[in-house]
Amino acid sequence: MTTRTTHTARATADAAEAADTALLRLDAATVRFGARTALDAVDLDVAEHEIVSVLGPSGSGKSTLLRAVAGLTALDDGRVLLGGADQRDVPAHRRGVGLMFQDHQLFPQRDVGGNVGFGPRMHKAPREQRQRRVAELLDLVGLPDAQTRAVATLSGGEQQRVALARALAPEPRLLMLDEPLGQLDRSLRERLVVELRQLFGRLGTTVLAVTHDQGEAFALADRVVLMREGRIAQSGTPLEVWQHPADEFVARFLGFDAIADAVVAGGTAVTDWGRLPVPAGTPDGPCRLLVRPTGVLLSAEGALRCEVIARTFRGGHVAVRLRPERGPLLEAECALRAAPREGATVGVDFDPEDVVVLPG
Amino acid sequence: MSALRAAYDRGTRTPRGTGAAAGGVRRAGVRAALMALPLLFFAAFFAYPVGAIVTRGLHQGGSWQFGRIADVAGDAGIRHVLWFTCWQAAASTGLTLLVALPGAYAFARLDFPGRRLLRAVVTVPFVLPTVVAGSAFLALLGRDGFTDSLFGVRLDTSVWAILIAHVFFNYAVVVRTVGGLWAQLDPAQEEAARMLGASRFAAWRRVTLPALGPSVAAAALMVFLFTFTSFGVIQVLGGPMYSTLEVEIYRQTAEVFDLPTAAVLTLLQFAAVAAILALHGWTVRRRESALRLVDPALTAHRPRGAAERTLLGAVLAVVGVLILLPLGVLVARSFDTPSGYGLAFYRALGSTDGGTFSVAPWQTVGNSLRFAAIATVIALAVGGLAAAALVRRAGRLVRGFDALLMLPLGTSAVTVGFGFLIALDKPPLDLRDSWLLVPLAQALVGTPFVVRVMLPVLRAVDERLREAAAVLGASPWRVWREVELPLVSRAVAIAAGFAFAVSLGEFGATVFIARPDDPTLPVAVARLLGRAGALNYGQAMALSTVLMVVCAASLLVLESLRTTGSGEL
Repeated sequence: MTTRTTHTARATADAAEAADTALLRLDAATVRFGARTALDAVDLDVAEHEIVSVLGPSGSGKSTLLRAVAGLTALDDGRVLLGGADQRDVPAHRRGVGLMFQDHQLFPQRDVGGNVGFGPRMHKAPREQRQRRVAELLDLVGLPDAQTRAVATLSGGEQQRVALARALAPEPRLLMLDEPLGQLDRSLRERLVVELRQLFGRLGTTVLAVTHDQGEAFALADRVVLMREGRIAQSGTPLEVWQHPADEFVARFLGFDAIADAVVAGGTAVTDWGRLPVPAGTPDGPCRLLVRPTGVLLSAEGALRCEVIARTFRGGHVAVRLRPERGPLLEAECALRAAPREGATVGVDFDPEDVVVLPG
Repeated sequence: MSALRAAYDRGTRTPRGTGAAAGGVRRAGVRAALMALPLLFFAAFFAYPVGAIVTRGLHQGGSWQFGRIADVAGDAGIRHVLWFTCWQAAASTGLTLLVALPGAYAFARLDFPGRRLLRAVVTVPFVLPTVVAGSAFLALLGRDGFTDSLFGVRLDTSVWAILIAHVFFNYAVVVRTVGGLWAQLDPAQEEAARMLGASRFAAWRRVTLPALGPSVAAAALMVFLFTFTSFGVIQVLGGPMYSTLEVEIYRQTAEVFDLPTAAVLTLLQFAAVAAILALHGWTVRRRESALRLVDPALTAHRPRGAAERTLLGAVLAVVGVLILLPLGVLVARSFDTPSGYGLAFYRALGSTDGGTFSVAPWQTVGNSLRFAAIATVIALAVGGLAAAALVRRAGRLVRGFDALLMLPLGTSAVTVGFGFLIALDKPPLDLRDSWLLVPLAQALVGTPFVVRVMLPVLRAVDERLREAAAVLGASPWRVWREVELPLVSRAVAIAAGFAFAVSLGEFGATVFIARPDDPTLPVAVARLLGRAGALNYGQAMALSTVLMVVCAASLLVLESLRTTGSGEL
């Protein structure tokens, strides 16, 4: 089995080629619920072995996207293609995709083995092969002795593992996860997301996962797709999206709120905060400007005077919220010991590396 | 999900792509296919016979005689019957609520030894044939009855006998409908109110009562419906003084042979029942509002304090006097032969010497069991398909179908029985001499119970569980077999038990269509009661006891299955 990085490199470096060999392709896929458009002419390609995270606020259409691909919700327009074949008249149970539900939906009347073996049984796998597969998968998700346990006796994390094993058992060509870690507590989530990524890498599974948690999406995926009101707002590697949010919506969704109007002229931008350096090659003219917290440098002699209004401890650093003398609120990142106290007045300088001009 | 369903409901009006339209059409097709058999069944064995008898009554001399409606409605005797029907139903309902609501609380919230057994026992009257209940009260309150010999009080020709019998009958309806919900209400809600400063009573009145309101209303309407159409009880206990619409329909049809009057009365009853059912449907839908429900096993507690112990004592006393005593007296009378206590009446059941029947009364047990078993199979098939169609809940059309299924519960069984006789005796449906008539009529009464029991359970199956199975490769048929059926198998068993017990006790329609040489148990009891002589009376008591034991046994089996879910009845 080849490693994840080679696949990723191939899949994302040559997007055009990947599109030709796309395992999943959405072509202007549209779903309407009455007057509301849940999915608005969405185009999306997922290459074989790729892990794609769909990220967005609730109601942005991410779950509808999964349901449309699974065949649980019919398209009003456009097409879903799997391996190049139009899935219009293919019912859910013949699409050969796996879906792991948000709240797992394990069958309460079957034990763990019965749940995991359900898919292979539906695909008429012989008994011995089925048993082997169940044992193999339970081993894989770290529950080797759980075969005969009742579903009701499982903890949240164990249920999640069984649901994953069940979804993987029929060897779906595409595995879809709907908020896979949604109901688990934070530390378990952080551990599992790493495990999941390693597991999918080892198996070479193609994955389309939906989540509202950016940390989860960025940790899991090769590529992140951000959705807004039924459309794709941005698609790219986690690093690309993080460094270059496509627009103000994406920036704000990622938690960046220090955004101001600006006019760029000759390498500097004029804003309410004063003159800010911008990255080389930024075109002149009016635009919206984002300053990332890492680009807000506190110093005694900084030109812009700010009042410290709040401090939040974030593990290794402190997030400091600042009210500048003019312009929108800013956020800065400080080392634990260097953080100014609330109510203090500090000066601020800007690092051009973390000043981002938002397109549009 | 609701948005999705709404979209399907609007499917034909909203402009949609071909893919979605095809899915919608397919779903509508499946639903139509599921509804086909129940609709056909109801058309052939309900609408057609009832329509035929109404037509026979009102369509005479080549024209419709609508003038008869005014004539009948203007008749003083009929007006008296109407008045009595309404007020005895209202009084019975009020009395039942008064007596049964504390019982609902005790069975829902108090934990005491023998609770499960007692809950099963109080349900016995509900599935008991009305004739048997009537004879139990006759034994209790009638000539030489329990109260007569003890206190010299006879109530069998007074309206009190009727009212008390109705409470006896419908106690379980209130305990099950209201108590079922009460047991599942989260006590934390009341606790929250009390933490906000409400007294115990205020918390109950402001939090619990509003939550229970719709289910109390639904139970009250159900009791009103059952007592409004009461037949067997009035027939046995009412004497010549008291007559309900249903009894009057029977009298006009079978004794006076005045079909036009019977037809008008049938229509009247039909209208009243339809109104009650519409009201019932409305309250049941309101009951589906979001309530916090918890496992009933967690809400019950041992009685605490003098007040709760007094309440429990009172409830147990009421159950003892109102339910156990009549049943006990019935059993006692069946052994109380002229020559001391013994099995003489039971022995007499085995012979044809009485001359009442051409067969030994004992054989009617076999008849009844056989008919009820067949009726149960029919009711399960028809009701199961109907429930499967209804679970994919949708627009007004389906709601109408839902109400239609309930209609046989309230329609005059006498009309149905007589309608069977006059409508199903010529091709294409010539069943005049077929033994199948009886189970068909009984299935008609059993089907609403099957639907009521199955529907809430089917609706409770998470749609995404079905989807999870589909995504794992299960075809719709496999989804039904592998996921849905195991989850509802308990409900199927309960529905079957209800249908069986109700079929076993069906009297109003069966009395018309059972062949003289092949009577069912309740019909035999009624015939025995209608004849003079201690032997006949004793045999009626013995036969009633047998019927009661069979009903109670099937019910106790049900109770052991019934661990969760309140059902709608």
